[in-house]
Amino acid sequence: MITLNINGLSVSVEKGTTLLEVSRFYGFPIPTLCHMEGLSPYGACRLCVVEIGEGPRAKLVTSCTYPAEEGLKVRTSSARVVRARKVILELLLASCPQSKVIQDLASAHNIRRQRFRQEHEDCIMCGLCVRMCEEQMMAKAIGFRGRGETRTIGTPFDIRSEVCRLCGGCIYVCPACQLRCTYTDPDKAICGGCANLSPPCLEKEPFEDMMCYMEPCVACEITAASKKPETGREKEGKGAGDAIEDIL
Amino acid sequence: MNRAEKGEEALLSDKGEGLCATCLHLETCEYLRSFGSPRFECDEFEGIRPSALAGIIDKFGSAHGGIISILEAVQAKYGYLPRHALNLTAERTGRSLVDIYGVATFYKSFSLKPRGKHLLSVCLGTACHVRGAQAVAREFEERLDVKAGDTTADKEFTLHTVNCLGACALGPVAVVDGHYFSKVNASKVRSIIDKSKTGLDAVDAETDIRVFPLETSCPRCNHSFMDPERLLDGHPSIRVTAAFADKHGWLRLSSLYGSYSVESEDPIPKDTIVNFFCPHCHAEIAGATVCTDCGAPMVAMIVRGGGMLQICSRRGCKNHMFDLV
Repeated sequence: MITLNINGLSVSVEKGTTLLEVSRFYGFPIPTLCHMEGLSPYGACRLCVVEIGEGPRAKLVTSCTYPAEEGLKVRTSSARVVRARKVILELLLASCPQSKVIQDLASAHNIRRQRFRQEHEDCIMCGLCVRMCEEQMMAKAIGFRGRGETRTIGTPFDIRSEVCRLCGGCIYVCPACQLRCTYTDPDKAICGGCANLSPPCLEKEPFEDMMCYMEPCVACEITAASKKPETGREKEGKGAGDAIEDIL
Repeated sequence: MNRAEKGEEALLSDKGEGLCATCLHLETCEYLRSFGSPRFECDEFEGIRPSALAGIIDKFGSAHGGIISILEAVQAKYGYLPRHALNLTAERTGRSLVDIYGVATFYKSFSLKPRGKHLLSVCLGTACHVRGAQAVAREFEERLDVKAGDTTADKEFTLHTVNCLGACALGPVAVVDGHYFSKVNASKVRSIIDKSKTGLDAVDAETDIRVFPLETSCPRCNHSFMDPERLLDGHPSIRVTAAFADKHGWLRLSSLYGSYSVESEDPIPKDTIVNFFCPHCHAEIAGATVCTDCGAPMVAMIVRGGGMLQICSRRGCKNHMFDLV
């Protein structure tokens, strides 16, 4: 057993427990995005930062990857931690403003403004879907590709993976895009990733071929490449796009 | 019928005229993707057979790690990483395609698209930038009619921009196939392209101080290999007997250290490992070591004045060592 101090409370836990688990067990809430029970800790979203150590040696660490240590002094909501979390949430809002999960978290942390350049990504690179696919679904159909600012998540070669079973697990866990796909109801299964009001993947007859899970939408791309859209539909799509622009 | 077949059928029926004659794999044809038309009689699917890759993969072990080494070897063989080769690598090593694709896309030295014969890198680092590297890069793009990152239609050049080559004092720097060009400006671009086309390995033996002649002899009988009757690069050549496959004939190497000029009775295909024999005692000249670059046996010769010269026996490999005694 390891004895450590959380927010002034002396607690003892099993060896190998992470600070996040300890904190949550003793009732100190820590917000997370990339953490999920059953998946290996990853430390990508940085939302779970806590402050450890004392005085000038105090530092911020991600609690989801930091194992409990003997005599460790942890503060889960010091001024420094809260400030860091708010900036992280602001940055997340700057990249993925449409995510309900991030919006709710930002609201809960009383964030009223966003000072960074606004982007409209639909991925925060938290790697939840990649770990879900590998560790729970045993498929390894999707993974990280590229590096740096061109890093993306998806299937190799952007074609449908042979090992993907269309389980939808990746969509289910995604904090940035989970509300945009209903999967089980084919009529509502619009990914929105292509921002196409008449998505080609809906026009496709067999449901088994629908694959709206990853961005870019593979079905849309293949369909667009193999057959040119009929002129009538093209017109309709264009009109709809203009309408959106007008609204915006 | 699986998805791949369905897709292929669709593609075939839509544009039947674009059918590649060799492999019928339009969907995976990198030439079609990169150049807009499939390459006829491409060696891709002839070359990339499980058996051809198995040797490469098994050499580096398939248990753990080794992906980078395998991919490097595959790229050395084909010049890029064909999709089919990645699939086979995944199959053979038992790793998932996602891992291998992740590694292949992570490193800039790996390319998933066919690359040209010459790799041309223009430095856009800070030091080069302030000296006008942008204009140099633009000039290269215009002269070659490609965008940075792409390959010319004749598959001669692949143009890359890089962020720093570590030779800032020489900037703006351009590198073609490992040869550095310093203080490049827009007017020098054309000569660099022309030089690259004619071959950069031809050294100017008269002026380059790195190039000096060596007199070599057989390590067994100590008879000289030098042949004053036939000059290569203006110096007596090194004459040995070379054997490969069922061919057997003379081979003359330039005696200039730093020059790779070579003449032979029979043309030696690239990548062939050649057995060298002494024309006097007819013993095979073989070194005790193997090439650190390609693993082929090294050939050892005594250098007059003291020393041992070792050259790689694989045609095209330029690895050599000169040990002074």
